[in-house]
Amino acid sequence: MIERHVGFVAALREAGMPVSLAEGLDAANALMVIDLLDRESLREAYAATLVKRPVHRPGFDVLFDLWFPPVLSSEMSAPEEAEYDPNSSAEQLRRVLQGLLLGDPDSPAFREFVRAVVERFGRVEAGPGRQSWFSYSVLRALSPDTLIARMLNQMLTERGGLPEKMARQQISANIRKFEEAVASDVRRRIAEESGIERIARSALRPPIDRLDFLRVTKAELAQLRREVYPLARRLASRLTIKHKHGHRGRLDFRRTVRASLSTGGVPLTTHLRPKRPHKPELVILCDASDSVSSFSQFTLLLTFALREQFTKVRAFAFVDTVDEITKYFAPGTDVLDAITRMTKEADITRFGRTNYGNVFTRFADRYGDAIGPKTSLLILGDARSNYQPPAVDTLKQLVAKARHAYWLNPEPRPQWDTGDSVATGYGAVIPMYECRNITQLAAFIESTDVGAR
Amino acid sequence: MGWFGAPAEVGERLRGVDYLADEGIVTSVFLAGALEKPLLVEGPAGVGKTQLAKAVAGATGAELVRLQCYEGLDEARALYEWNYKKQLLRIQAEDDAWEDIFSEEFLLERPLLKAIRNDAPTVLLIDEIDKADVEVEGLLLEILSDYQVTIPELGTISAVRKPYVVLTSNATRELSEALKRRCLYLHLGYPTPERERDIVLAQVPGLAGNLAEQLARTVATLRSLELKKSPSIAETIDWGRTLLALGRAELDEDTIGETLGVVLKHHSDQARAVKELGLS
Repeated sequence: MIERHVGFVAALREAGMPVSLAEGLDAANALMVIDLLDRESLREAYAATLVKRPVHRPGFDVLFDLWFPPVLSSEMSAPEEAEYDPNSSAEQLRRVLQGLLLGDPDSPAFREFVRAVVERFGRVEAGPGRQSWFSYSVLRALSPDTLIARMLNQMLTERGGLPEKMARQQISANIRKFEEAVASDVRRRIAEESGIERIARSALRPPIDRLDFLRVTKAELAQLRREVYPLARRLASRLTIKHKHGHRGRLDFRRTVRASLSTGGVPLTTHLRPKRPHKPELVILCDASDSVSSFSQFTLLLTFALREQFTKVRAFAFVDTVDEITKYFAPGTDVLDAITRMTKEADITRFGRTNYGNVFTRFADRYGDAIGPKTSLLILGDARSNYQPPAVDTLKQLVAKARHAYWLNPEPRPQWDTGDSVATGYGAVIPMYECRNITQLAAFIESTDVGAR
Repeated sequence: MGWFGAPAEVGERLRGVDYLADEGIVTSVFLAGALEKPLLVEGPAGVGKTQLAKAVAGATGAELVRLQCYEGLDEARALYEWNYKKQLLRIQAEDDAWEDIFSEEFLLERPLLKAIRNDAPTVLLIDEIDKADVEVEGLLLEILSDYQVTIPELGTISAVRKPYVVLTSNATRELSEALKRRCLYLHLGYPTPERERDIVLAQVPGLAGNLAEQLARTVATLRSLELKKSPSIAETIDWGRTLLALGRAELDEDTIGETLGVVLKHHSDQARAVKELGLS
């Protein structure tokens, strides 16, 4: 048990979770007081002592399933007891799956079914004498997504409206659980055959806060969005704290005298008037072209979140020409609507190929007065200008007018200056930061004071 | 002295005070008691974090001492303060009182000190720790790891009886590693529809089972939309109470449309829900 515990902790560390020595000891202590035979309780005990960030939990669960696989009832429930025969046709199995998806996905029958179908469809010959397990072959054989229409018909008397929406929600949640169960069973089988360490390394996606903006899937994008709001809040609250701890103003005579009453007229504590806070102004220029589409979606969300926190934010989007998009992001509007409206209505595209030089020139022409001595300028983009003249001087003038200026680049640093990237050219006139994931964005926010004081 | 005998017992006793716990909650609550470590509960607003601390106090018959955190909270309001007025009066009354104005008599105890010195079982709830400044976390470290408080004039005061400490956070900022390392961690998310149904049934007596079921499913659907503020469990319960007060037996589209304001408090969220759910 000790060996397994140490191995598991090492695997967590290798997957990037910061597990300290003390936390490992806590976990070991926890193992002394819980019932080790209860697998879920063991899982939660490990989670409570080792995983201190929700973003690490999915990775933890994958590793836990590998290191502490469920005990299989070795005599599988006899086929005549089950209502289906695992060797029957795919169509029949689909019908069974349909029934199970309408029920409780945590039931033993559901798990039993997952094991049976992985056994049946998951095996793929991977060369002479070798075999491996794949979840996509299971999902392809059963294609649970195509069952939705049938299930909806079965559940509802008439289609449309709220009931359908709710039924869909329930079904797709169950399908996701089915897919996860299949993936987890496949990993377990691979681990049995070729060792835990090998599969552990390949099975894990990085936790959401270290995920590359340019390589996110759609589902992860939704998750990323939820991470944005706390960041914007943190940025805003950081600024307010700064004001409080900053220079204090003149003596507040009234409050000082009032306070002195409790000490018999001796002014033991003096009260000072708070200094008038400086209202930071923010101008955001963001690349909305396809090459950085997931990044720009994300930055638009950041823009939106900032717009709600600051009073004076002006946002501009560009592809090869630039337009102000502040009005689409008014506080209180729906963010997804705003993005759709912006892509439809805003005048940001001429030929559809990013042209930074043209953008900066036009921006200086049309909106040059947006940038003043109180403004912080934030540019978000990959600095890939399709070999057009970069107009570095125009940018230099813009930067000189602003109080602070920063450029966030979603590309990894080694790729800067390759191909049509002019990262270093721009980087010479404006500080450029690599910003590929939430962690780097948070680090940027912490390290700089965007518009503070 | 242990707080709970076994994880199963935790679930049972929490249910006794109408708190329905899942596997994760039960195990963490049990471990916090068994290992005598503070429990850090993090999650969105209104999923029952504070309620959990109250339920633990209720289930164990312990006294609940609560420290509400806010920006600007300092030692004088969290830990202890000297009673300046009384000290001043004493100095004025007796000339040679300089020595004993820093004694027990002049100490005003604040929640943290109170929890440490209480000799009856105590649950110390440090609520919304993320709202407090970073310096407060430093202040807490001594209490959380050693259950003791150092007052320069008096010396170190150790806990008579270790309190059961629960910290809650809405994750508006990242807590320091040092703090997290000393705590057990529990992330409370939104419950599954089944658990939420049971919670509503436990909190709103008199609500029909099928209505609670519909309620839980509708709220789960609402949470799947991208809203500015997803409905919390507390709001689901309010919704249940509303339906009960209105005497509705069915959660149909009209009823949802009329009472949506109970769960969604932003205009844009309401508009979005109406559009996505096809309400008129």
